[in-house]
Amino acid sequence: MKKFTNSGNIDTRSGFGAGMDELGKTHEDVVALCADLTGSLKLNDFEKNHPERFFQTGIAEANMIGMAAGMTIGGKIPYATTFANFATGRVYDQIRQSVAYSGKNVKICASHAGLTLGEDGATHQILEDLGLMKMLPGMTVINPCDFNQTKAATIAIADYDGPVYLRFGRPSVPNFTEKDGKFEIGKALHLVDGSDVTIIATGHLVWHALEAAEQLEEKGISAEVINIHTIKPLDEEAILNSVKKTRCVVTCEEHNYLGGLGESVAGVLAKNDPVYQEFIATNDTFGESGTPAELMEKYGLNTKSIVEAVNRVLAKK
Amino acid sequence: MPNIKELEDFVSQVRRDIVRQVHQVSSGHPGGSLGCAEFFVALYQEVMKRKEGFDMDGKGEDLFFLSNGHISPVFYSVLARSGYFPVDELNTFRKIDSRLQGHPTTHEGLPGIRIASGSLGQGLSVALGAAQTKKLNGDDNLVYSLHGDGELQEGQNWEAIMYAAANKVDNIIATVDLNGQQIDGSTDDVLNMGSVRAKFEAFGWDVLDIEKGNDMAAIVEGLKEAKSRTGKGKPVCILLHTIMGNGVDFMMYTHAWHGKAPNDEQLEKALAQNPETLGDY
Repeated sequence: MKKFTNSGNIDTRSGFGAGMDELGKTHEDVVALCADLTGSLKLNDFEKNHPERFFQTGIAEANMIGMAAGMTIGGKIPYATTFANFATGRVYDQIRQSVAYSGKNVKICASHAGLTLGEDGATHQILEDLGLMKMLPGMTVINPCDFNQTKAATIAIADYDGPVYLRFGRPSVPNFTEKDGKFEIGKALHLVDGSDVTIIATGHLVWHALEAAEQLEEKGISAEVINIHTIKPLDEEAILNSVKKTRCVVTCEEHNYLGGLGESVAGVLAKNDPVYQEFIATNDTFGESGTPAELMEKYGLNTKSIVEAVNRVLAKK
Repeated sequence: MPNIKELEDFVSQVRRDIVRQVHQVSSGHPGGSLGCAEFFVALYQEVMKRKEGFDMDGKGEDLFFLSNGHISPVFYSVLARSGYFPVDELNTFRKIDSRLQGHPTTHEGLPGIRIASGSLGQGLSVALGAAQTKKLNGDDNLVYSLHGDGELQEGQNWEAIMYAAANKVDNIIATVDLNGQQIDGSTDDVLNMGSVRAKFEAFGWDVLDIEKGNDMAAIVEGLKEAKSRTGKGKPVCILLHTIMGNGVDFMMYTHAWHGKAPNDEQLEKALAQNPETLGDY
């Protein structure tokens, strides 16, 4: 099977920061707003190099989202940034009315999503954001898997006219996708060919899916790995083509199984080609304090749990 | 000098449009709409610098944002009669397949609307964003916004009010419709806000009152005074003292007509008090 090399662990939010730095040079209409988390969002370079295009809103996310919506009027491309919890749940109505319903070209960029935020605990670990955002009509929802993909996505969404939710995270994780690779919104990446099972993963779980595929191969199980970075619009064709071959699916995400990628995939399958599916996701629960690795282990979001889920789904097939 | 009589005649027609729109579908918000009729007419017919036609970006012209979107009947009437869309379209207010939704929206592409509003408390942030973009674009035109007084109970306003002063957003004129009423009663009874002026001033805004908020001459003069205070390092707030339901005697001085439509008989009474000046739609 195709092997992927980790070029070094690094956080996806740094990919966002690197993408913003580049956008600062190439897109003069890009502006950044931040609610008192400039360092956490890795926006220091953007702020330093483009102070006139950096808007510190203070700890006031509702105002930040509203301002971002207003800033599009006159042609700016606002990137509104904070932690995923405060970028979605806290400001859902502002996003709904002033951004999504109003059709504004706002990029909501959210770091520290999911359990891997770690020790700060459940108040900050949102596991519902993908669901909240994907339910909004017209909202594009993207959850890249590593530094390179996050950087590419950050840059790509500037050239897309419409509201986008871009979700990334805090911890250092393997960086394995192509450097400066092309990012196509809504287009799944076919990472590994396989014939027994389709593993569909997003965000931090993609690396674990690749590790799982390797372990499964040693046991003679051929797993196909698909990286869905765009949860909405979903690349239905990529999913259905793979399932046609493998006849079973495991979906993997750092999110509640309710409202997440797995549910979107299940919807596609139910309508077109019903097959058994296992969900690697949190099970309708809040998180808690702990190290990212401990949390991913406890809540069943790692390589081992993906292998187990594959075995479960194969047993049903 | 503006011809105040002409503007007042315009208002008379707008009042007819408001009650007729609301009556036709037996729903909508006439009270606040009537209270702000003079303000809208002054703004669109006299004070704002507007380009021909409509484009969303609004570069090179003043912009207006309505935060308390439920007073859409007055907004629609004044937009239509200012040339943004056919006056006949007022016939479609709140009906299926209409661009004139219950609360204003960009979603159906109605010219003149730049943001959806209805869920309260969001308009000032949007206006601030547009004002910041004007500064970035080197566009020295102004951003106007209108807010209900009850609406100030929404916390997002105070985030925006704080931001605007701290960042010297001095190309904005935010007007608060101080009619003292909200759905459940008087603002003092529902949630007493104390002195709105003192609050805005404490947050660092330049505040002026238009005591006669339904007097056309006073409004035009107040808006021009507000305009002269822009560009001086402070955001500008107008406290517009209005009478809810103004111009229709039985709707005045009460919150009862906040979101209630007149019946046939009440419509006739309302229309009798406001002569047709520009032609009914």
